[in-house]
Amino acid sequence: MRVALDFWPVLAQWPLLLEGAAWTLGLTAVATLLGSSVGVACAWARVSGPWALRVPAAAYVELIRNTPFIVQLFFVFFGLPAAGIRLTPLTASILAMTINLGAYATEIVRAGIQATPRGQIEAAESLALTRLQVFVHIVLPPALKRVWPALTSQIIIVMLGSAVCGQISMEELSHAANLIQSRNFRAFEAYILATLVYLGLAILVRRVLHWAGQRFVFGS
Amino acid sequence: MVEFTLWDILRNLLLAARWTVVLSLIAFAGGGAVGLVLLVLRLTGNRVADAAIGAYVQLFQGTPLLMQLFLLYFGIALFGVETSPWMAACVALILYASAYLTEIWRGCVAAVPRGQWEASASLALGFGQQLAHVVLPQALRIAVPPTVGFLVQVVKGTALASVIGFVELTKAGGMIANVTYEPLLVYGCVALIYFALCFPISLYAGSLERKLHVGRR
Repeated sequence: MRVALDFWPVLAQWPLLLEGAAWTLGLTAVATLLGSSVGVACAWARVSGPWALRVPAAAYVELIRNTPFIVQLFFVFFGLPAAGIRLTPLTASILAMTINLGAYATEIVRAGIQATPRGQIEAAESLALTRLQVFVHIVLPPALKRVWPALTSQIIIVMLGSAVCGQISMEELSHAANLIQSRNFRAFEAYILATLVYLGLAILVRRVLHWAGQRFVFGS
Repeated sequence: MVEFTLWDILRNLLLAARWTVVLSLIAFAGGGAVGLVLLVLRLTGNRVADAAIGAYVQLFQGTPLLMQLFLLYFGIALFGVETSPWMAACVALILYASAYLTEIWRGCVAAVPRGQWEASASLALGFGQQLAHVVLPQALRIAVPPTVGFLVQVVKGTALASVIGFVELTKAGGMIANVTYEPLLVYGCVALIYFALCFPISLYAGSLERKLHVGRR
């Protein structure tokens, strides 16, 4: 049995792959901003929030971390309309990715916050900073710096997980591969190329976040 | 029109959950076996094997599991072998698990002090004996908590097999949601069953982790 691979019919459809990759990056960028914000807020709630916030934050983290992303996505896209909340594939994808990243980011940021030396907080309090000021200016920047590599890895995991969003007809990279193979029946070639694009995106995102962290988030 | 009670939904989901468990166990056991072979190959110090396995790990960790499933599903067929979703899902998840486990275990072996290798070499133990009697028993102690933690990843990963048509918990949930017109309830139940499977494993991994580090605090 000879295996004949023909990549040209797939490569001829490169604008679809490019557009899909752009959507994947766009989804990831929005989910990163929103999800990290959720993560920081919930990390604060879990470490120094009142009991009424601590318990729901902990439940949220455990519930999301112990269920598959695809089920979370289907719950949001197919389940919520039954409760009267109708979402487009785009908003459903962003919402599910944000909720998912938020839970993991909470645990990651929390680890960074808990590694803050006690003396720094006491020093800040002795300068009459409010609790919010202490958190935003003293605790958070070095905490983010400590956990930045872990957060970067998690963002990449969420980006790779977003391949599932094609299943609810979100037109991202895996959906583009699916569309191409339905046009020319070159399924294996289409998925190989899409997979290589994902690999490239993962490397790209790691580089960009490494640079962005030093440049914008915690200084060097 | 047939009426479905909550018990009908739950019972069918639980029946489908068996396949999630079976697929998870196959992927975990198979991935562990392949991962162990890759680990030993890497430890022999052969440069080519090291680079090749490093690339293998990067490939599986840097691409979506969903794409790996599609590639296996369509790729095995290219070689003229009749594929089923069942076989493609097993092979893909075994390869996926092996890449992660071999990397986790490599870290654990690296955590065994260098002197242990040197001391055992000075006692004229061969490579196999060094591994079997000195290094791996010590690495195993460190390896258990992250390995148990990775099992949660595997269970959640099996949900993607639904996309290539393997009827496990998620796929069954979709089918039941379609006939009952109650997607909110059905997907809620699906999520809770996954939670019931994964949360105890997470708790166990966490307690193992704390036990391991208890001496260092």
